[in-house]
Amino acid sequence: MRNYKHNIDSEIAYTHLFSKKKQTLVAALGVTVGIAIFIFMNSLMNGFEVASVESLFKSTPHLRIYKNDALSKSLVSSADSNKINLISNPKITSESKKIINPTSLLKILKNESEVTGVTPNVSGNVFYKNGDSEVSGRASGVIIDEQNAMFNLQSYIVDGNISHLSGYQNGIIMGVGIAEKLNLKINDNVTVASALGVNKLMKIVALLQTGNTAVDKTLSYINLPVAQQLQKQSPSYITDIYVNIKDFEKAKAYISKYKHLTGYDVEDWETANAAAAAANKMRKMMAMAISMSIMLVAAFGIYNILNMTIMEKLNDIAILKAIGFSGRDIVKIFVMEAIIIGIIGIVFGLILAFILINLMGNMWVGGDIGFFPIRVFPKYFGVGVIFGLVVTFFAGYIPARKAALLDPISIFRK
Amino acid sequence: MSNSNIILSAKGIGKYFYEPEKFKVLTDISFDINRGEFVTMVGKSGSGKSTLLYLLSTMDTDYEGTLEFDGENLTKQKKERLAEIRNEKIGFVFQFHYLLPEFSSMKNVMIPALKLGKYSREEIEDKAYKTLGMLGLQDQALKNTSKLSGGQQQRVAIARALINDPKIIMGDEPTGNLDSKNTSIVFDIFKQLTSEFNQTVVAVTHDNDFAKASDRIIEMADGRIIT
Repeated sequence: MRNYKHNIDSEIAYTHLFSKKKQTLVAALGVTVGIAIFIFMNSLMNGFEVASVESLFKSTPHLRIYKNDALSKSLVSSADSNKINLISNPKITSESKKIINPTSLLKILKNESEVTGVTPNVSGNVFYKNGDSEVSGRASGVIIDEQNAMFNLQSYIVDGNISHLSGYQNGIIMGVGIAEKLNLKINDNVTVASALGVNKLMKIVALLQTGNTAVDKTLSYINLPVAQQLQKQSPSYITDIYVNIKDFEKAKAYISKYKHLTGYDVEDWETANAAAAAANKMRKMMAMAISMSIMLVAAFGIYNILNMTIMEKLNDIAILKAIGFSGRDIVKIFVMEAIIIGIIGIVFGLILAFILINLMGNMWVGGDIGFFPIRVFPKYFGVGVIFGLVVTFFAGYIPARKAALLDPISIFRK
Repeated sequence: MSNSNIILSAKGIGKYFYEPEKFKVLTDISFDINRGEFVTMVGKSGSGKSTLLYLLSTMDTDYEGTLEFDGENLTKQKKERLAEIRNEKIGFVFQFHYLLPEFSSMKNVMIPALKLGKYSREEIEDKAYKTLGMLGLQDQALKNTSKLSGGQQQRVAIARALINDPKIIMGDEPTGNLDSKNTSIVFDIFKQLTSEFNQTVVAVTHDNDFAKASDRIIEMADGRIIT
C-alpha cells in the first residue's frame, strides 16, 4: 500500500518555520536568552570561585607535611592520687621540629603519580630591621625554582626579578608591606634577625604583592641554606614539605596515605584555612542553588515561548489530523520544529554568552583581583547545549502530545 | 476489505454534549449507506446532522453505539488506525474550508496523498493539478491559500478531499460558500464519482435543490432520523 515515503512531516515542519520567519526568530531568541544567561551566570560564579581558590593557593600548598610541635613527655605518666611519685619530672622541653632525612622523603613523594609538585621549606619567625625601624615577620626558606613552579610566585612580583634569588645567596624577596614600612626599595639592604640571635645582611632582589595584606606585611622568601643558618641548623634541616596534587579537592583523601608514607603529620589546605575553606564551600553551595534557579527560569522561558508557538498552530493540528495525520505524526512535526528553533537559539545563545563573558572579563575591578575573574569554561558551554536541547525537546513534545490526543472536532469546536 | 454492498453502518448511535450542561444531541440513530450512493442529510440547524457527520468521519470518538465502515468496526479502533482510515478512505469537506494557510493550493491538495504515499510525487502533482482543473482552479494552483476568495478556498478543500480517491466523501455543507455555477459543478462531480467510480457521498446541506437531486435524503430533527 505504502510505496513511497515522502517525508511530508518534515516538509510541513520546515514550511511552518520558514513561512513565519519572524515568529521562528522570536521563539529562537527566547531560547538564546535562556541559554546565554545560563552559561554566563555559571561562568561568572565559577570564575569567581576559581579566582578565590587561586588566591588561597598563592601561599598555601594543597598538603603540608611537618613534624608536630610537641613537648617532651613526662617520665611518669600516672596521675593516681593514691600514689606519691618519688621521681619528679625533669624539665619539659620542646622537641625538634626537624624532619629527618628529607631528601629521601622528597624523592618518595615525587614518585607518587598524583603529585604535581614537592618542595622543602624552612620557615622561621624573624625581624626585618632597617636602621632603627623593625618589623616582625616570617621568612620562608625555599628552593626558589620549585617554589615558583608550585605557587606561581612570578605573577605576584611587582619589582625586580625572581630568578636573581638563586644567583644571589643573601638575596631576599620581600612583601611590599614590609618594604613600605621600612622605607626600603629594590636593591636596598636589610638586616634579618632570627629569634636565635643570628643576624644577616640581605639584599632585596624582588618585591612581592599577593594582594593579601597579612601576607604582604610579613612574608619574605629567602634561600633555603640562609634560612637554615638563621635557625642555626645544618643543611639537612627541613621543617615542612609542601606538596601539590592534581586535584586539590581530593587533598583530604591523601592525608592518611602521606602520613603512612612519611611518618609525619600531614595537614591539608582546608584544615590550614578553615575559614576560607568554609567560605569556599558556602560559595559553592550558593552557586549551585543560583545555577539551579537560573536553569529553572530559563527552562520555563523556553517552554513558554515554544508552547505558545504550538498552541497558535492548534487549528492546523486539527486540520492535519482530519486529513489523516496520526498523533505520532503531529508529535514528530512539532518536536522537529521545536528542536530546529532550539538549535538556532542555542547557536546564537553560545555566541551571546561568549560576548557577554568577554565584556565582563574586560572590566577592571582593581585590587588584587585585577580584571573581573570570569572566563570561558567549555564545560558550561557543553552543559548549555545539552540543557537547551533537552528543554526544547520537551517544550515541543509536551504540548504537541497534548494536542495530538484530542479529537480534531474538539479543537474546531473551541 | 468487505464485499458487502454496505459501506457505512451505524447502530444505536447516541451522543451527549457536556457544555454548558449535559444534553443529548443524538438519540438511537441507526442506518446503512450503500456503496455508490449519494446521500444528503437535511434538517434544521441544531438537529444534530453535522454532529452525526463528524462521528461518521471518525473525527469525533466520544459517542455510544457502533459504527462500521468498509467492513471494519470503527468504534473500538485505536486513534492511529482511525487516522489511517481518514487518510486513505475518507475525504472530508468542512463547512469552513480549513486549509493550511502556509501552503499553496497545490500543496494543500497534495498533502493527504503525500501522507498516504501510494504514488510518486510527480504522479501526485499531476493528479492534484487535474483535480484543481476540474474545479476551475488551475490558475490558482500555486497561490497561497490565504490569497484566495472564500469560494475558491472551498473548492480547494473539495479537491483535497478527492485526491486519495476515498471510498466515501463527506461534506458539511460543501457547497455552502459557492455560487450556483460552482455548486452545479461540484454536484456533477459528486454525481459522477458515485455513478462511475462507485464512491459514496454523504453531504449535509441546507440547499433543497441539491438535496432533491441526490439519491437519498436523510432528514433529521432533534437528534433523531425522521425519514
